[in-house]
Amino acid sequence: MITWLQHLPVFPIVIPLVAGSAMLLFADAQRTARTVIALVATLANLAVAVVLACVANAAVPEIWPDGIAVYLLGGWQAPFGIVLVVDRLSAVMLVLNAVLAITSLVYSLARWRQMGPHFYSLFLFIVMGINGAFLTGDLFNLFVFVEVLLAASYGLALHGLGAPRVQAGLHYIAVNLAGSFIFLIGVSLIYGVTGTLNMADLAARVPALAEGDRILFETGAAILGVAFLIKAGAWPLNFWLPSAYSAAAPPVAAIFSIMTKVGVYALLRLGSLLSESSASGAPAPFSDGWLFGIGLVTLALGAAGMLAAQQPQRLAAYCVIASSGTLLAALGLGGAGMKSAALFYLISSVLATGAFFMLSELIERTQRFGENVLALTFETFGLEDPLDPTRPDDVVGVVIPAGMAFLGLGFIGCALLVTGLPPLPGFIAKFLILSAALDTAPLEVVPLSVWVLWAAVLGSSLIGIIALSKMGVRLFWSSEEIVTPQLHLIEVAPVAVLLLLTVALAVGAGPATEYLNLAASSLSTPQAYIDAVLGNGLPAGSSNGIEGIGR
Amino acid sequence: MEIIYALAIGVLTGSGVWLLLRPRTFQVIMGFSLLSYAVNLFIFGMGRLTVGRAPIIDTLKQVDPSLYNDPVPQALVLTAIVIGFATTALFLVVLLASRGLTGTDHVDGEESEP
Repeated sequence: MITWLQHLPVFPIVIPLVAGSAMLLFADAQRTARTVIALVATLANLAVAVVLACVANAAVPEIWPDGIAVYLLGGWQAPFGIVLVVDRLSAVMLVLNAVLAITSLVYSLARWRQMGPHFYSLFLFIVMGINGAFLTGDLFNLFVFVEVLLAASYGLALHGLGAPRVQAGLHYIAVNLAGSFIFLIGVSLIYGVTGTLNMADLAARVPALAEGDRILFETGAAILGVAFLIKAGAWPLNFWLPSAYSAAAPPVAAIFSIMTKVGVYALLRLGSLLSESSASGAPAPFSDGWLFGIGLVTLALGAAGMLAAQQPQRLAAYCVIASSGTLLAALGLGGAGMKSAALFYLISSVLATGAFFMLSELIERTQRFGENVLALTFETFGLEDPLDPTRPDDVVGVVIPAGMAFLGLGFIGCALLVTGLPPLPGFIAKFLILSAALDTAPLEVVPLSVWVLWAAVLGSSLIGIIALSKMGVRLFWSSEEIVTPQLHLIEVAPVAVLLLLTVALAVGAGPATEYLNLAASSLSTPQAYIDAVLGNGLPAGSSNGIEGIGR
Repeated sequence: MEIIYALAIGVLTGSGVWLLLRPRTFQVIMGFSLLSYAVNLFIFGMGRLTVGRAPIIDTLKQVDPSLYNDPVPQALVLTAIVIGFATTALFLVVLLASRGLTGTDHVDGEESEP
């Protein structure tokens, strides 16, 4: 049992990789076999992620005493080999990704998987890339996993084809290719100065840098930060995001909604490790002032876009930008409780936008004007029009009556989550952020930046309410004829599950914030992470356990 | 040697960025190619430029680090070449698809000229 557990941290990468590759051996016609493999793999991935979240909470003290699970690939010691590290932050992100993966996969079973070749493989590879980016403890390895997820996302963004998708995909790929080159320049500059790529080793070595090298290192870190901000969808590097996300197939857009959080995660992780590297704190892009300003402008852009958006899916895409902006601004303000508040917001907003992307397609079926893109897709692949009531039902599923009621309720749920109204966790998340912002200083001398954050968060929520009400009124109360859509259980269930999960998150906000507080406090004291990765000061028993992996 | 090397990277990056900002998709992909050469050279240069030093330890010679080159940037540059090549090839496919679907090679899918 123990020896099996030791290999657990590598499973979130191995499972999707093996399943996705194995699927390529089956012919496209063997749809059932592929579906079963994909479902089993994503379910296994979810199970592993949940177990890892328990492990990170020091559930298995005999192997990983302080809850930081370090896996040495190939058994090579840390600065020489590549390590995978699971701590609470990584574990939370893994679970979030796994939940989103299984729901959007189930959603795609209804129709979208048929719209192009190799959907399942690409889907599993993007899951693998995102998992790997959350797990790795090595900068270059982070680049490789980001490339894996981007390469898969290029394929998925074009899934279903059609001119709008190809146009959006062209811009998306161009920006992210340039971003990858910036990433590489940053990584290699840091390697050239410090001679290491291991993040923990980097944190230990940076304080000892000479003055001249220090400037080069800061430059490298700044370039790397720009690459992370592109991934995070921060202004002014996010103009690719709305069209790419709103043109993508809905289940694909749902899994994309965690992709921007990879950039936020990388900023958090590296910022935490480098925060003690010098007296002035972390290098520029990871430190407070810059993130705060960038976050505010991103939030403003997201809010303005929400007001201007005409289709539900485009609105959801701007919600992703607004959530990135809120996160970056909150993290930029800093303060003791802010990291856990921001993580709580991250979870609730990822679940919300994921559900919103899938729901928006179901809602668009009630409208006549949104059919153009879809019709083109159907034409390309020679499929029958799904809106044709005479169409024989080729998908197994129950046709749900009262579909409009579900759509309305779901839309209200998403709106409550995005705008941060009670009772859903969007409210708790924004409340935590605002309260953590006030805690940064005594009440008499609260700095201006806190009030700016308050105004930005509350103002963007108000704009969100206006935009979503406008959209809701137009979609559901319009005088034009509304087509009552055919909804299948496997399309409705993922949206419902995501929304119910957010309800569970609101009910279990106490334990959830406790877990996130521990995650945030280990981010504020990175020494435990550094020691665990580099193997300093580990008790003899646990280091024996780690050596056992290499045998 | 360092000066020439740095100039080469600079020229490649400059031309790459200029091409990247051009409106034709073919110019953009040429820009990406040049930029990827520049980045790969840059990574290679981060291992310090040396002449006549192998990156693999020779057991017949002394095990003195100053006799050898740093193997890590060379491994990194190989990975970067493979990844850059693959993603650029993918971009080429999208470029052709865009050309086919929109009938123009403008990056926005339509000519901006009246």
